[in-house]
Amino acid sequence: MTSADRWLLPDGVEEILPADAEQIEQLRRRLLNLYSSWGYDLVIPPLLEYTDSLLIGLGRDLDLLTFKVTDQLSGRTLGIRADITPQTARMDAHSFRREGANRLCYAGHVVYTRPRGPLATRTPIQAGVELYGIAGLNADAEVVSLMLESLQCAGLPSLHIDLGHVGIFRALAKAGKLDTPQEEALFELLQRKAATEITHWVDANISDPAIATLLLKLPSLAGDASVLAEAKVLFAEVSSDAVKAVEELQLVSAQVGERYPQAELYFDLSELRGYHYHTGVVFAAFAPGFGNAIANGGRYDDIGEVFGHARPATGFSVDITAINSLLQTEFTAFTGIFAPANLGEPHERWQAMRALRAKGERVVCGLNDSTVTADHRCDRQLVLADGEYRVQSL
Amino acid sequence: MTQITIALTKGRILKETLPMLAAAGIEPLEDISKSRKLTFETSAANVRLLILRGVDVPTYVKFGAADIGVAGKDTLMESGADELYEPLDLNIAHCQLMTAGIKGVPPKPGRIKVATKYVNIARDYYASQGRQTDIIKLYGAMELAPILDLADEIVDIVDTGNTLKANGLEPREFICDVSSRLIVNKASMKMKHQSIQTIIDAIAKAVSVSA
Repeated sequence: MTSADRWLLPDGVEEILPADAEQIEQLRRRLLNLYSSWGYDLVIPPLLEYTDSLLIGLGRDLDLLTFKVTDQLSGRTLGIRADITPQTARMDAHSFRREGANRLCYAGHVVYTRPRGPLATRTPIQAGVELYGIAGLNADAEVVSLMLESLQCAGLPSLHIDLGHVGIFRALAKAGKLDTPQEEALFELLQRKAATEITHWVDANISDPAIATLLLKLPSLAGDASVLAEAKVLFAEVSSDAVKAVEELQLVSAQVGERYPQAELYFDLSELRGYHYHTGVVFAAFAPGFGNAIANGGRYDDIGEVFGHARPATGFSVDITAINSLLQTEFTAFTGIFAPANLGEPHERWQAMRALRAKGERVVCGLNDSTVTADHRCDRQLVLADGEYRVQSL
Repeated sequence: MTQITIALTKGRILKETLPMLAAAGIEPLEDISKSRKLTFETSAANVRLLILRGVDVPTYVKFGAADIGVAGKDTLMESGADELYEPLDLNIAHCQLMTAGIKGVPPKPGRIKVATKYVNIARDYYASQGRQTDIIKLYGAMELAPILDLADEIVDIVDTGNTLKANGLEPREFICDVSSRLIVNKASMKMKHQSIQTIIDAIAKAVSVSA
């Protein structure tokens, strides 16, 4: 390797420099304060743990996204987390059990083996909440509301919320008597809304004409709340479970719409993000300028079963790195006090500097008789006048 | 008004796509075929057209630089279009993806060398047939590869089959049908649903009329 490219970082791996770092840290703090004000307790899960626990339930989708190494102490496989949700699920199921609601929140890095979208980072910082122990729509409405609060708190002007319910496709697959490989194949086509392939697939696999018509219609059941009414009529003949799922979506979205009238709600009944582990209402937030969801979540009941403790569960995570990329990054105006500090100087000056810092001021030392420059980001300086240390504007 | 960007490809596909766009009320304000420009305003004030290389269309749409695009199914399969919607088959530019080899030479058993510009499609296809392959990426004149013993078979688009015949090759296995698809960026579909769905519906109508 030549010295010229030693500085090069791997594709999709980024370092965060001061202006962005400051903004990201502010975001992280604001979000965690918000979650705390809603009663969510902060947890700090480890960066890596055994894949046996990391890749449970929802982790299956993340298997290929997870960096793995062999643990030299136990010989077992360790994974660097690609998602924090399985870790909180382990806590709720085992190390931090609570009767009733268990509200947990977190913020930290996750690492992917490959980017999850075009130009996406492989080392995003996520914040999120998980609500365990409460089944039903009240909990769904709480986490969707909190996701919207998160985006407002982050300062994103327009809110596009995408809502769906994995129970709809499950119910239709059951009504159509699809076996697992068939369900997988159709699932894959629905993700792309691949009209031609869906038509061919339905022709080849579905004999019941009512189900066939419905499945062909499913990719286009997307838009504002009117698609829910339309879907209920369509599903009525075929599957009461599907109708029930649509009604759940109606109830949650009506509540969220009332709480956040400025949010644009978009429904997509074939949107099956996280289909393999979600069990109910799923949702995501989009913002102009970013091609992937900036936040997403949904219900994933009984994930703790593998730890011997099945519980209702819902939650979401927010991509702080993505939000930061959407915000204007600028250092806030110069605020700070420049103070020369060299060996052998009067102790009083040192004490004056300490006193200013204790008051919350930012005091930057000028070493070796250096003069103040823009890099110091100072708007004032400490000077000796009439035997007293005073702060003067620059 | 929501700004919509549509990515198209020059050539035959463009000629067949423009009438469909016209049916949706979108007509370029100047003659695309006579201009060297790459972006064009249209009669719909909020819609602009981009003219790209075919293989670049999915990239522009994936990254959200364009909201809508027209791309061949072959390009989509090769580029791995999981991150896109392809809600409409435009039913134009029909052809087939096939394997081909030298006429009269029996297919070689075991591990074979395959020359193609569709490396992902070729690998997946042969794997689905239970066959291990070594793939050689070429950018054109695929037919030469078996003749010069660079490869045992090729995977390519076959329209009339005349190019194969002229070079002493014969089509062997059918992989899939190819036609042009309308593709849509997923985030655009969610955030600009009304505008995009209106365009899709109008084009769908034009497609079904011409079919």
